[in-house]
Amino acid sequence: MAFSCGNSREKTYNEGAMLYEKHCENCHMSDGTGLEALYPPLAGADMLQSVGVGAACIIKNGLQGKIMVNGVEFETGMAPVVGLSSVEITNILNYIHNAWGNRREFIKLNEVEASLKACE
Amino acid sequence: MKYVFLVSLVALMLGSCTQENENASGLPVFGVKLPITKEVNGKTVVDSLEHTIPPFSFVDQDSAIVTEKTVEGKVYLADFFFTSCFTICPKVKKNMKKAYKAFKGRSDFAILSHSIDTRHDTVGRLAWYANKFDISSDTWHLLTGDKEAIYKIAYDYYVTALESADAPGGFDHSGAVVLVDKKRRIRGMYDGTDPERMKQLVKDTQLLLDTE
Ligand code: HEC
Repeated sequence: MAFSCGNSREKTYNEGAMLYEKHCENCHMSDGTGLEALYPPLAGADMLQSVGVGAACIIKNGLQGKIMVNGVEFETGMAPVVGLSSVEITNILNYIHNAWGNRREFIKLNEVEASLKACE
Repeated sequence: MKYVFLVSLVALMLGSCTQENENASGLPVFGVKLPITKEVNGKTVVDSLEHTIPPFSFVDQDSAIVTEKTVEGKVYLADFFFTSCFTICPKVKKNMKKAYKAFKGRSDFAILSHSIDTRHDTVGRLAWYANKFDISSDTWHLLTGDKEAIYKIAYDYYVTALESADAPGGFDHSGAVVLVDKKRRIRGMYDGTDPERMKQLVKDTQLLLDTE
């Protein structure tokens, strides 16, 4: 049980890493550091930490307007990332919440689905 | 036909004598030399002209006019981008920032980043970007201006830049960063998305600054 659970987490993380490379890396960078005050970091980012599962909505709807991440103001705006299933979004979330020194409890598909419903 | 022409040019290049001590860095000079005829001691001889970046005039993020005079006696980097580009541009800019940090204190170094989206990338927009990107126009000029002139000069830098409805963001362009010497000759081409190549760029720039 513990074994299969561990494996599926690893699988989710690895698939998330591939999806991240394809859909997020151009702006947030492979090491999650972003670019100056133009593209915010995800590595050690207080905003990602506080939105938690809610990052699903940022992926789905994008994000406009001024935001603060680790004391730096961003206003470039992020377009919605289209064409991702809720499973894929879950994988991405488990990746970004556990890569580059980030740590968070495993996020389950039903949590993501509930979150996505709330921001439809 | 085109090939025959190129081959004869290359033959000419090889045949003509090269001025060796002018390339002290050992870095290649890019481009095909063009033959020119001139008079030497009353005889007509064929010499060759190296490919150089022609004169230009654009405007930067601080509304300053930037021309070939701005980079006179400088080693400089050139690239093509646009501020709303969400494909390769942020990565290229991240890698270029390392070169900027390494050389920004020097008066014989500069960077010219040409916007290929001249309609949206106004001086005001470039100023916003420069501020957010934390760069100074003392060294790094973000350029806009006449669209045709920018696309034309991209060709002189051997860089692809095309407006294309099919490309993401509406523009098709390469992430190449071009290293130009004090005589406005191209001395290196680097894939701006590749951190290893960009490390080489920093080394080659240092070499050019030290030796030529
Ligand atoms: C085209 C560039 C781009 C892409 C691609 C992109 N983002 Fe963003 N992202 C941004 C920008 C810019 C912001 C800041 C938004 C603003 O200005 O309000 C942002 C903000 C965020 C935030 C909140 C701020 C923070 O740093 O915590 C998260 C989380 C996020 N993005 C995750 C993602 C994920 C996950 C993907 C891939 C599925 C992705 N982004 C793809 C540009 C991008």
